[in-house]
Amino acid sequence: MVLKTGDKPLFERGPSALARVVVVAVLSMVLMTADHRGRHVDAMRSLLATLVYPLQYAIDLPIRGGNWLADNLSSRLALMRENERLRRENFSAQSKLERYAELEAENRRLRDLLDSAARVGVQALIAERLAVDLDPYSRRIVLNKGIRDGVQVGQSLIDANGIMGQVVEAGPFSSSAVLITDPSHALPVQVRRSGLLGIAVGTGPLDQLELTHVPINADVLVGDVLVTSGLGGRFPSGYPVGRVVSVNRDSARPFAQVMVESSADLERNREVLLVWPEQPAPRAATRPLSELAAP
Amino acid sequence: MTESTARINWAVAGSLVIALMLSTLPMPSWAAVGRPAWVALVLVYWCLTMPDRVGVMIAWTTGLLLDVMSGTLLGQHALGLSLLAFVVRHRHQWLWGLPLWQQAFSVFVLMFAYQTVVLWINGIRGFPVIASAYWAAPLVSTLLWPWISVILRDLRRKCVAA
Repeated sequence: MVLKTGDKPLFERGPSALARVVVVAVLSMVLMTADHRGRHVDAMRSLLATLVYPLQYAIDLPIRGGNWLADNLSSRLALMRENERLRRENFSAQSKLERYAELEAENRRLRDLLDSAARVGVQALIAERLAVDLDPYSRRIVLNKGIRDGVQVGQSLIDANGIMGQVVEAGPFSSSAVLITDPSHALPVQVRRSGLLGIAVGTGPLDQLELTHVPINADVLVGDVLVTSGLGGRFPSGYPVGRVVSVNRDSARPFAQVMVESSADLERNREVLLVWPEQPAPRAATRPLSELAAP
Repeated sequence: MTESTARINWAVAGSLVIALMLSTLPMPSWAAVGRPAWVALVLVYWCLTMPDRVGVMIAWTTGLLLDVMSGTLLGQHALGLSLLAFVVRHRHQWLWGLPLWQQAFSVFVLMFAYQTVVLWINGIRGFPVIASAYWAAPLVSTLLWPWISVILRDLRRKCVAA
């Protein structure tokens, strides 16, 4: 078979190649702007995500199979040991939970007294992340739950140790989430020790977060734990975000440079918890003082 | 002839799908920066050998799928790949006639340009850019070029002959 490079048609039919590439380039730029400036192309993204889901599922399949095999082949002794460890963990978690329940009840009583908004219970859903690699310069993951399972854009992702990120795109069968270390992600946080409020912005490849606009003399130290402040209404408040690993107070700069390491295991977790955003509960109706005073 | 045309179309589509899957196959994080641009390599081959069939539109569509799979802005890889396809199609006779090492060097230049387009868009978004990202992936892609072109050549011959 001769290479078909020579018989290029003398006159090209349709628009010329140059015109075509210009149109396509302009279209790409419009799409990128629409995608970057807001969520204007969500429907198209969702459609394409459905198209590529079988491919992503196929990539994930051998890894899922490997895990399944490892589970099935693990020895009785290992299982017994794991069971024992989990039982112990469960026991200590239970006892902690009871203390929290007590604290929560007390908190509710105090909030009632102060007549402030009551907290609502948190609903959650377990999702698995697909083992596919995305763009190495951003930090995103794909989850195996979609709109069909009730996933919504804006839901927070947590693991056992803290906040992981939030859902930015939901297709029918899968959804994709951006992690808190993504350079386009920012979340409102609070230093647990001093109550200092701030915004933690992702740094991408560095796998850390940076606390922005922190005054030089702010009360933040290496080792401080950051929790979500709940401002902005996107994330539930009080979940651990990370620990401060370095504070650079260079007086030549307007702000201190504070780097934070996330407490959630962002790289290795296979299972994640999806949490519905906290609804601002209606303020409790004011009650007469006499009723409050009565026991 | 129509039967072999259909077979070739399937070969092009199949190789592009496999390239898409290879681009999101999990790899250790230290190797992520050097991940070869599989889709770009496969597209360059088809644009070189069948410029009358594979061109800008196929590159753009594949790019959109790659954007969704890799979570980049919709249009980021699509722009890079369609420009790549345009240049290769425009210069395919000249590129095909080059000796192997010069061809490999041209592939490096093409991959570098494609990577630069993608990284510049990241830069405009304010993402931190790693210097090694500019040359690592194009270099690995260039090293894979001879291998890819031999595999796809065999595939194409099989489709035509069978």
